[in-house]
Amino acid sequence: MGYVAIKGGGRAIEGAAGAAEALRAAEGEDGRPLTLAAIEHQLRLLTSRVVSEGGLYHPRLAALALKQMQGDTLEAAFALRAYRSTKPRLLETPVQDTGRMRLIRRISSAFKDIPDGQMLGPTFDYALRLMRFDLAGESPETFRGIARRFLSQVPETDLPDTFPKVVDALRAEGLLPPAGQPREPAFDITREPLVFPVPRSAALATMARAETGSLLAIAYSNMRGYGDVHPTIAELRVGSLPVMLPHPVTGEPTEAGEVLMTECEVVAMYEEQGSSSVAGGRKPGATEDEGESGGPPVFTLGYGACFGHNETKAISMAILDRALQKGMRDGPSNPSEDPEFVLLHVDGVDSMGFANHYKMPHYVTFQSDMDRLRTTRTKAGGKAAGRNDEGVQS
Amino acid sequence: MNPGYELPQNEAGYSFGFLDEYAKREVRRTVLKAICIPGYQTPYASREMPMGRGFGTGGLQVTLSLVGPGDTVKVIDQGADDSVNAVNLRKFIELTCPHVDTTEHTRDATLIQSRHRVPEMPLTEAQVLVLQVPYPDPLVVVEPSEARRKTMHGEGDYSRLLTKLYEDIVQFDEITISHRYPTRINGHYVIDPSPIPRYDVPQLHQNRALILLGAGREKKIYAVPPYSQADPLAFDDVPFRTEDFTDEYGRRRACARCGAIDSFLDELIDDDGARIWQCSDSDYCNERLAAAGKQEVARA
Repeated sequence: MGYVAIKGGGRAIEGAAGAAEALRAAEGEDGRPLTLAAIEHQLRLLTSRVVSEGGLYHPRLAALALKQMQGDTLEAAFALRAYRSTKPRLLETPVQDTGRMRLIRRISSAFKDIPDGQMLGPTFDYALRLMRFDLAGESPETFRGIARRFLSQVPETDLPDTFPKVVDALRAEGLLPPAGQPREPAFDITREPLVFPVPRSAALATMARAETGSLLAIAYSNMRGYGDVHPTIAELRVGSLPVMLPHPVTGEPTEAGEVLMTECEVVAMYEEQGSSSVAGGRKPGATEDEGESGGPPVFTLGYGACFGHNETKAISMAILDRALQKGMRDGPSNPSEDPEFVLLHVDGVDSMGFANHYKMPHYVTFQSDMDRLRTTRTKAGGKAAGRNDEGVQS
Repeated sequence: MNPGYELPQNEAGYSFGFLDEYAKREVRRTVLKAICIPGYQTPYASREMPMGRGFGTGGLQVTLSLVGPGDTVKVIDQGADDSVNAVNLRKFIELTCPHVDTTEHTRDATLIQSRHRVPEMPLTEAQVLVLQVPYPDPLVVVEPSEARRKTMHGEGDYSRLLTKLYEDIVQFDEITISHRYPTRINGHYVIDPSPIPRYDVPQLHQNRALILLGAGREKKIYAVPPYSQADPLAFDDVPFRTEDFTDEYGRRRACARCGAIDSFLDELIDDDGARIWQCSDSDYCNERLAAAGKQEVARA
């Protein structure tokens, strides 16, 4: 008699990998492997999700991860994170100025007329969600001409490279507290564990690489009434941010590259002067000087930003940032205001890993469970427990 | 991204132990702190590993940070070396740690990574046992907030845990915690000893080996140093009890394969639908068989 429990693990794993690979290529003779460029561009929003949730700005590797994981965003982000674990951190980036973003889109739902105007850009917001059956049989020739035709029709304009930030206008009017200077270095969640209470920068970093759906669900709970942020989008912008790093020789800030990112600033209701919740409150959560209490009431701000083009995520994050600031200051009265609840449950790699680990063998612990149940039932006494025992075990 | 950018074709050259050197050094520092404060859940910035959170990433980070050339590693899951996850982790260690030997024999191993079991064979001072931990905090059953649990640990306040045990006795006439049994280390911190059965808990007490517990997803490392006190929570009049392997006649069940009556048993249904019991620790079972001259012992 062999060892029956869980024999042949090695062969099973190889077989499983082979079966999954075969499904990837199930188109057979007519199939054409996806190119990484096709994934990166044609599925750009998928790639965006993966670079953001993977916490590594590498669209080409993200495309590879999506191809390898057959479109599973959680798995793809996970692969990118694991890749990142092998790389040392070379330097701490200085604060980047998102006012310098080269925009493809920027809107404000707070003001009709914002400095330099609204720019709808690439969005499905006002597209009718009708199936476009013409795409089903799209010819390569038509496809190749699309971008060229679009660019040839775009009029030459004197659009500036950069646009001013809407919140700066609000600040100039005194409706928002002045922008603070960071009072302590940003918390690096890749090098330090979250031990609560955590500073706001730790919350922002955690949310910036959180799973989109998880952030959305908790933010939505706040929007529906488990919370009271009532946001107005002061500005949502999407574009390429030039990344400025100190030159290795001169130390001068030098453009090292650019990252596509989405940034959202929501304005929430103003708060009473002198109440504990005026924006200048000094609490462990606050890392920025956001003005002094005692002045006139001001609006409050929630901030969201992530790699890639992912507006749902940036908006959700901005709402949660505002909710968490309130929770850090006054104590949470809703799940979305509880830093521990939000920050420990939004990471896709952690949550999906743990959900899936239940598929692993739990023979030993289940044996212990049965022991407890049988003993308890025996003690509960009566012949009935003895008879039913067989039923429990099967 | 730069349109001319080409992905490197050969990125397989991972560094020894997969993690970068800074990460391994951080884990080792955390391990040292954990040893200095037995049972204290030491936070660390757990890295993502190329296998799922919950599949042993915490244990693996400890193993990969400690292992060096000359070490011999054994990986078990549910007591067996050939269960899928153990095979997977062992293959990964072999891939990323050249010149490190792996073994299935407890006695030959210098470093043993395990999920859900402590090997039956007594360990030695030269060995390190790394346990994979899903839930590092025994207080999580009575308090969901990590910040509040941290305070409770600091104050040695385990009253709610003891109340839970007491309520079990009132309601079921029995403590219902089957595995992950809360265990006090060196008279202060109560640990979750990972999902080992209660049968294995006495092995933590005064063990000659260093026992390290790594929780990757929850980002904690804690230790039961060699020769530490390890006392499962119990009451004077309700002693701690391990799993009961006696049959209906009051005899200790034996392993159907090697005949052992001193091992933790898996309960199985054989092809005829009959219930049989067999050692969960495959190496222990195989060693006993080898010692008995490869004679299969008749079913008890």
